[in-house]
Amino acid sequence: MKYAAYSSLLLLGLLTLSIMSGVNEYFFFAGFVVLQFVVLATAWNILGGYAGYVNFGVPAFIAVGAYTAVVLFKSISAPLLVQIIGGGILAGALGLGVGLLTLKLRGIFFSIATVAVVFILETLVNNWRYVGGATGLQLTRPGDLWFFDSYVRMLFFVMAVLAVFSVTIARYVQDSFLGRGLRAVRDSEEAAECSGVPTLKIKLIACTISGALMGIAGAPMPMYLSYIEPLSTFNLSYSIYALGMPIIGGTSHWIGPVIGALLLATLQQIVTVTVSNELNVLIVGVLLVLFVVIAPEGILGLIKRWKQSSK
Amino acid sequence: MFSVDLIFEAVLFGILLGCFYAAVSLGLSVAFGLLDVPYVAHPALLILGSYFTYALCQTGIDPIVCGLLLMPVFYLIGIAFYRFYYETFEKRSTDTGVRGLAFFFGMAFIIEVCLILAFGVDQRTVSASYIGSSLEIGDYRLPYRMLVAFVIALSLTFVMTIYFSKTFNGRAIKAVGQDEGALRLMGANPVKIKQLAFGIATAVNALAGAMLIIVGPVEPAMDRIYIGRTFCVVVLAGLGSMSGTLVAGLVLGIAESIVMMTLGPSWAPAVSFGLLLLMLGARPQGLFGR
Amino acid sequence: MDKMRRKVIGAGGAGLLASSLPSGMAFAQGAPVKIGMSMPLTGGLGAGGQAALIGLRLWVDDINAKGGLLGRKVELLVFDDQSNGANTPGIYTKLIDVDKVDLLIAPYGTNPTAPIIPMVKERGLLLMGNFSFQVNAKVQHDMWFNNAPWGDAKSWSEGFLEIGKRAGAKSVAIFAAEGEFQQNLANGARELIKTSGFTVAYDQNYPGNNTDFSSIIRAVRASKAEAVFVACYPNESVAIMRSVNEIGLGPQVQVFGGGMVGLGFGPVMHGLGSLLNGVLNFNSYVPGMKYPGIEDFLKRYSERALEAKVDRLGYYLPPYNYAIGQMIEQAVNATKSLDHKRLADYLRKNEMKTIVGPINFDKNGERAKPALVQAQFRNIKDNDWDQFKTPGRQIVVWPTAEKQGDVITPFDKARKAT
Repeated sequence: MKYAAYSSLLLLGLLTLSIMSGVNEYFFFAGFVVLQFVVLATAWNILGGYAGYVNFGVPAFIAVGAYTAVVLFKSISAPLLVQIIGGGILAGALGLGVGLLTLKLRGIFFSIATVAVVFILETLVNNWRYVGGATGLQLTRPGDLWFFDSYVRMLFFVMAVLAVFSVTIARYVQDSFLGRGLRAVRDSEEAAECSGVPTLKIKLIACTISGALMGIAGAPMPMYLSYIEPLSTFNLSYSIYALGMPIIGGTSHWIGPVIGALLLATLQQIVTVTVSNELNVLIVGVLLVLFVVIAPEGILGLIKRWKQSSK
Repeated sequence: MFSVDLIFEAVLFGILLGCFYAAVSLGLSVAFGLLDVPYVAHPALLILGSYFTYALCQTGIDPIVCGLLLMPVFYLIGIAFYRFYYETFEKRSTDTGVRGLAFFFGMAFIIEVCLILAFGVDQRTVSASYIGSSLEIGDYRLPYRMLVAFVIALSLTFVMTIYFSKTFNGRAIKAVGQDEGALRLMGANPVKIKQLAFGIATAVNALAGAMLIIVGPVEPAMDRIYIGRTFCVVVLAGLGSMSGTLVAGLVLGIAESIVMMTLGPSWAPAVSFGLLLLMLGARPQGLFGR
Repeated sequence: MDKMRRKVIGAGGAGLLASSLPSGMAFAQGAPVKIGMSMPLTGGLGAGGQAALIGLRLWVDDINAKGGLLGRKVELLVFDDQSNGANTPGIYTKLIDVDKVDLLIAPYGTNPTAPIIPMVKERGLLLMGNFSFQVNAKVQHDMWFNNAPWGDAKSWSEGFLEIGKRAGAKSVAIFAAEGEFQQNLANGARELIKTSGFTVAYDQNYPGNNTDFSSIIRAVRASKAEAVFVACYPNESVAIMRSVNEIGLGPQVQVFGGGMVGLGFGPVMHGLGSLLNGVLNFNSYVPGMKYPGIEDFLKRYSERALEAKVDRLGYYLPPYNYAIGQMIEQAVNATKSLDHKRLADYLRKNEMKTIVGPINFDKNGERAKPALVQAQFRNIKDNDWDQFKTPGRQIVVWPTAEKQGDVITPFDKARKAT
């Protein structure tokens, strides 16, 4: 119940922020990206952190969400909500498909297969005229702003809702039998099999949920940019961010990815604005390697250790 | 629809390309195929080799010679990498899957970004007497840069195959992947052997990098598409098969060349990754795997 | 721009470049007029972008020497977008919302510009275009003014195809990258090819990052096409010319080229040298063309460019970028305001006087009368910068008004001609 109270309060706070005047528009523009990474990190962690299967193909799921939104928008002028749901469903289906194909194999093969999915989908989109192909598509935002002052503010709040939604799902997965099963798989898949855990089934469920959440993170992007093109949508850098943030924050608990995403994404936005784009990737890459080597439990682990040592 | 001539030339080009892909994947075949290290940073090191070759080339040295000169440097880098990986992950063997993968993935990105910071995002090329002209056989034109890469690739594969089958260390490397305990009983130190293997794998990458920049321009983000090509070759070959790497490379090279000719270059990236997925789904042990 | 700063900007990706200012200038009270833009300073278009920026900065210095705009100093804020359209929405949002610039100029090139058109339309902002091609065709923003020598797609390819026809070519091969610009151009050419009675021997699109053109050139050769129209960006232009020289096109090709961007960049011309001979390509300015004040501009530009180790010839972009500044100057001085609507209105209705001649805009914000030329490269030697400064190396063959010589066909003959 505490969780429900806190998250509702948070949403209310963010809603107030979005309709307040006097807040610079750029805050919402950058804030959208930060919240998007909360969703992505949380989604990745469901399979990567809980089960130990490293998904390198994050951009494929984001892109499925984004391009589904484009198709829905272009064909039937679907409203944002429909775009998001559509994106989530299709991305979830992709997760299921990739899982069926590769979750029987060892961890690294799954990871390499996910990279393959990115490039194959990117090639398909590159050759698909309807969504703009490799050239990209310019999009005009619809005029419907609900009660917000600008489209970006509305998108910011929508992403905030999606962030809370994903974290709620992650929390549910973590505390349910699904989470226990996934942890068993992570610790020793063979032992889990022997104890009767339906490992393939729960891995598939986790993969589907993870994919679907990444899809809903990607779906608002075409409206956010008023433009879509494959090169940036399928950018492999999303993978390093989506896996770096949970590892840095801590993979064992749903709050880890949230901490990692908030910290790193905010840092990134500051760095992009003042210095450079490359430094973004460098920062996350270096921190990732550092944490993986020195503090594999992430920030959560550090906090735990510090709490224990100060007792 | 397509003249026999055109198809034949595409196949020829595919053979040259395929040998090149095989040579580029040799290092991964050793590190991942034999030693089971999730060496996702291999393509990034390949591009690093290309850039170092480019930098050295500016002093006027021929690119192939640059590649050879870089081999000892990369050998040391490989040893350092493996040592670090071993101490941090393999020895403690906790959760090596995720962390090892994340480590190498992180390293790959760090290398790519450092290349961008050092050299910029622009494409780089090298020049040499054999770059820019082709061998004319009747109506066919085979670019010399591809022929040079082909010759080097074949020699490299040949040398590696001999090494792994005839020398003590080479056979020890093959053995350590299969049964570490038995190897120890034979008097060889598994860690030292693995280290050696990694060093060799990375040294080969230096020469492969030189070949890459001879064949065409390079830019820092190229490591991404080469993840597909190198892993496709290694998986297609089957983990642990050296000679299989050459065959797998040829399959990929010819497939890519034919696709480029028929469907167009926009479909080329999907070939390696598509083949990879196909193998993983249908026959994960590869064509020649254990 | 010295090498160190350029490295930081280029390698770092984004940087803040304020224009330099002659000391001792007095300005009226008031904040500076901030003009914001991104510019591809690295990446595929980088060589052009760096040259273009110097042209713009020359204008900024000139205007500040005259007392600025409306008596206020002009400040230019530039960020490197790395020739990547994915970077521009973020950069321009920041320029608008954080830096609060007064005026916007688009980045050089279609591909970086396309993503921001919907955004500036939604926010009702004036955008001065910079060498983009048909980028406003779908969105139809009414405050867009594109500064480039071309108008619509026809104006570009019709010259090339006309020459091909006169030389007796009956079949055309066309290949283009999958970028916005290359496709706009190629599609325009494709339409014209259909109506002009050519047969299409070969038609292929390729991904923008393609580096190996052997399969395409081989296929073009095998198709026995007599005219070859290429729509590509600088990196591809270089790779294609190398491939053409490696593999050859066959003796039947009469004309080759058309829409190859980058062959007008000084460093590319110098780097390719004799590989350029015979190519018939579009251009915006070549030595010998008479524009008022351009020779003086090029001299001043050259000094700065040499210092900054950037394209010292500066024929293709810098004059037009200087012209963007001149247009802003003329509009602001005439309307005595920085209001975007009023400026747009003025730009729509009046003739702009610039160092690349008079410019009028049509209702789409494109140039009403194109000033594009088709020129053939001849007598180019390797490793020689100065050869390009004299007429006779890029010989204008179309349109008749600017003609400097006749085209030599077939392509193989033109390559060896002196």
